[in-house]
Amino acid sequence: MTPTGQDFAQPDDFEFTAENKARAQAILARYPEGRQQSAVMPLLDLAQRQHDGWLPRAAMDYVADMLGMPPIRVYEVASFYTMYNRRPIGKHHVQVCTNIACLLRGSDDVLHACKDKLDVEVGETTEDGQFTLSEVECLGACSNAPMMQIGDDYYEDLDAESAGRVLDALTRGETPTPGPQNGRRTCEPMGGPTTLVEEES
Amino acid sequence: MPKLTIDGIEIEVEAGLTVLQACEQAGVEIPRFCYHERLSIAGNCRMCLVEMERSPKPVASCAMPVGDGMVIRTDTEAVRRMRRGVMEFLLINHPLDCPICDQGGECDLQDQAMAYGSDRSRFGESKRAVEYKDFGPLVNGIMTRCIHCTRCIRFITEVAGVPELGATGRGEHMEVGTYVAKALTSELSGNIVDLCPVGALTSAPYAYQARPWELRKTESIDVLDALGSNIRIDSRGPEVLRVLPRNHDDVNEEWLGDKSRHAVDGLKRRRLDRPYLRGADGRMREASWTEALDAVADRLRDIPGTRIAALAGDLVDCESVFALKSLMADLGSPHLDCRQDGAALDGTARASYLFNSTVAGIEAADALLIVGSDPRREAPVLNARIRKRWLAGGFPVGLLGGDPDLTYPATHLGTDPGLLAKLADAPFGKLLTAATRPMILLGMTALARPDGAAILAAARALAEAVGAATDDWNGFNVLHTAAGRVGALDLGFLPGDGGLNTAGILDAADNGALDAVYLLGADEIAPQRLAKPFVIYQGHHGDAGARAADVILPGAAYTEKDATYVNTEGRPQRARRAVFPPGEAREDWAILRALSGALGRPLPFDSLPELRDGMIEACPHLGDIDHVRPAEWTAFGRNGRIDTTPLGPGIPNYYMTDPISRASETMARCTRAFVNPTSGRTGTDG
Repeated sequence: MTPTGQDFAQPDDFEFTAENKARAQAILARYPEGRQQSAVMPLLDLAQRQHDGWLPRAAMDYVADMLGMPPIRVYEVASFYTMYNRRPIGKHHVQVCTNIACLLRGSDDVLHACKDKLDVEVGETTEDGQFTLSEVECLGACSNAPMMQIGDDYYEDLDAESAGRVLDALTRGETPTPGPQNGRRTCEPMGGPTTLVEEES
Repeated sequence: MPKLTIDGIEIEVEAGLTVLQACEQAGVEIPRFCYHERLSIAGNCRMCLVEMERSPKPVASCAMPVGDGMVIRTDTEAVRRMRRGVMEFLLINHPLDCPICDQGGECDLQDQAMAYGSDRSRFGESKRAVEYKDFGPLVNGIMTRCIHCTRCIRFITEVAGVPELGATGRGEHMEVGTYVAKALTSELSGNIVDLCPVGALTSAPYAYQARPWELRKTESIDVLDALGSNIRIDSRGPEVLRVLPRNHDDVNEEWLGDKSRHAVDGLKRRRLDRPYLRGADGRMREASWTEALDAVADRLRDIPGTRIAALAGDLVDCESVFALKSLMADLGSPHLDCRQDGAALDGTARASYLFNSTVAGIEAADALLIVGSDPRREAPVLNARIRKRWLAGGFPVGLLGGDPDLTYPATHLGTDPGLLAKLADAPFGKLLTAATRPMILLGMTALARPDGAAILAAARALAEAVGAATDDWNGFNVLHTAAGRVGALDLGFLPGDGGLNTAGILDAADNGALDAVYLLGADEIAPQRLAKPFVIYQGHHGDAGARAADVILPGAAYTEKDATYVNTEGRPQRARRAVFPPGEAREDWAILRALSGALGRPLPFDSLPELRDGMIEACPHLGDIDHVRPAEWTAFGRNGRIDTTPLGPGIPNYYMTDPISRASETMARCTRAFVNPTSGRTGTDG
């Protein structure tokens, strides 16, 4: 967890853009007076979004300074949650769920397909810096297992083929439609609703 | 008061205690790692699990408040099983490197694994490993051994007030560290080594030096700051290997500053281990005791007393001060001084130079004004006490003088000492007046100036104006930086009738009005000022005083003699000899007694008890070991003009303040790491 022996450069400083400064103020205003340190998580998220999806140390120090916290308290938060990336990642962060529900529904195939397609191992970034592949724990979309999250979007009901299709589309610079990739609507049963069909308005 | 039953013992305890504390009162031992009585409760090691009636699950006794009618069991098979289970979990990732671990033999984990653990592990997987962490020159971080009790994090955050340690990562990847690989900048960092229940944090200077069972343990008193912390000196043969704090609730609780703990390697370097004489060629040469004492006696015999002066240093003990004072009186010299820094304190009113509220009294105070002091560097453990009071809330702190980071917020009132006279009407003065027990802390930066007496008088006037000096509360406090100062002031090692003070002695030495100067461990003076007179230096280190000397009489350092020291509160405490002085060096009182014999005017004592009887007769409270006698509030200070020269910062370098710490390699490393981090190495700096 310590950033010793890092193989990447840390920027020297970090500052919110004017737009993000306004957002930060809005976030701070959500918390009662004197409890502003509660904003540490949304602010870190904001910083991560601004900084190509990862949090350099300068950004954590910046947030610590903004909230009047000792920097170590921010490092503790940032290193506790897996959704804060403390090293550079690709433009698209491909997070394949391999938790129990997805595993039973074939997440291994999905993960293999991603590895093959991107030619990287889990935790690695493609050479062009476009994709980082991660294995993650349950993301709460078990009814549509197996699934993966790319950026902020969920791609669900995957198999090896559809997962590859999603990645191909991203490679071409398109944004594939999020949600089930097998024609299913949300988490309705395959083949459409089976109850209350006559009451459809 | 809730009543509860612990293992069949009925006990009534104070409300608000935890089950663990109640168990202790009932005499039932509960194993623990994370719980520590001076830190906040974490409840994360789970070693203290006990059974509680009507609770379906075991409870962590350290975090469970007592309730009336609770029935606690700690002696059941279920509790034994729980402890075995917790221990098995703790040991999953703990390396089996006890044979090469410095904690071995004094390790809580080792002891408790023996007492409560299982004799085998069912864990067949690989253990995790963690990188070594760099915590600076004093603490080694072998974090693979860490069991995540978080005591060090809580200490550094709560007591030391330097939040630099934290737990990063989660689950099995959790690591205790600074995250950014930096040295801990606290003056109290050594304490986390004591707190660590395993060998994850160990003392860097003491690494691989000794095993605890090889050490001889001597209970003594620290002299490297004026707090008089209670210490335990661990020695092996002739060597002091380490110093650890001893608990004394009224002085240092159980903490110790880094200098007091780690400067002991200075006791082995630059020592004066045999007498020296300046030969005809102007060079120092080794001499025997007889030769050296005769040389001194021959010189002093022909000099009238009024042309002899004596200076006592900062680390001197009461016994040698008393002996030297008696000798000087015999020789007829009025020129005595123990205030090398020129502090405007005299012996007339004891209240004028004591920390009158006492250290424990800080916790009763409700407002504090610091004048010309940096308690964090001058007495870090005392500063931790102030911080503790501040954490309890309702404790405004004002600061007149330098503006150091004290680890608690302080209103900086300025650097002009003249403000002291007007402060009673200023906003902060009103806060002091409004407080029931206001406290004024006066440092040496304010007193060791030409107008020190006027500042002292102004501080006294302020104390009276704001109600800091009443019949039942004396909040007028002087924080000394020299451990020997209060004792020497108590014994009146001060200029007599027509006597010169330190500045006067140095001037007189310069212009030839003095023929001999006796330096008793006085090392804070410029040696070139003493070029003209015959200088006798009695002390333990080859420091400034020895450089000026014509005769060197090698004395004993504080770990090498039985001696009385009076701390800044006026608490006499006895230091005890842990090792013998090196080589030919002798205990200081004995050297003075021998010298008086060589002079043909033997001092009236032949043993330490006889000397002490005389000393206690002259100064009765020195016999009242470990008691603070309240000092009477009488007039002191001298009204006068206060100069506008700003009050400077306190001591420039916490790690080097006296001959011992200046000779210490560890302290040199600390200086390089913390005080002058940017200065480049020259290649000759060790």
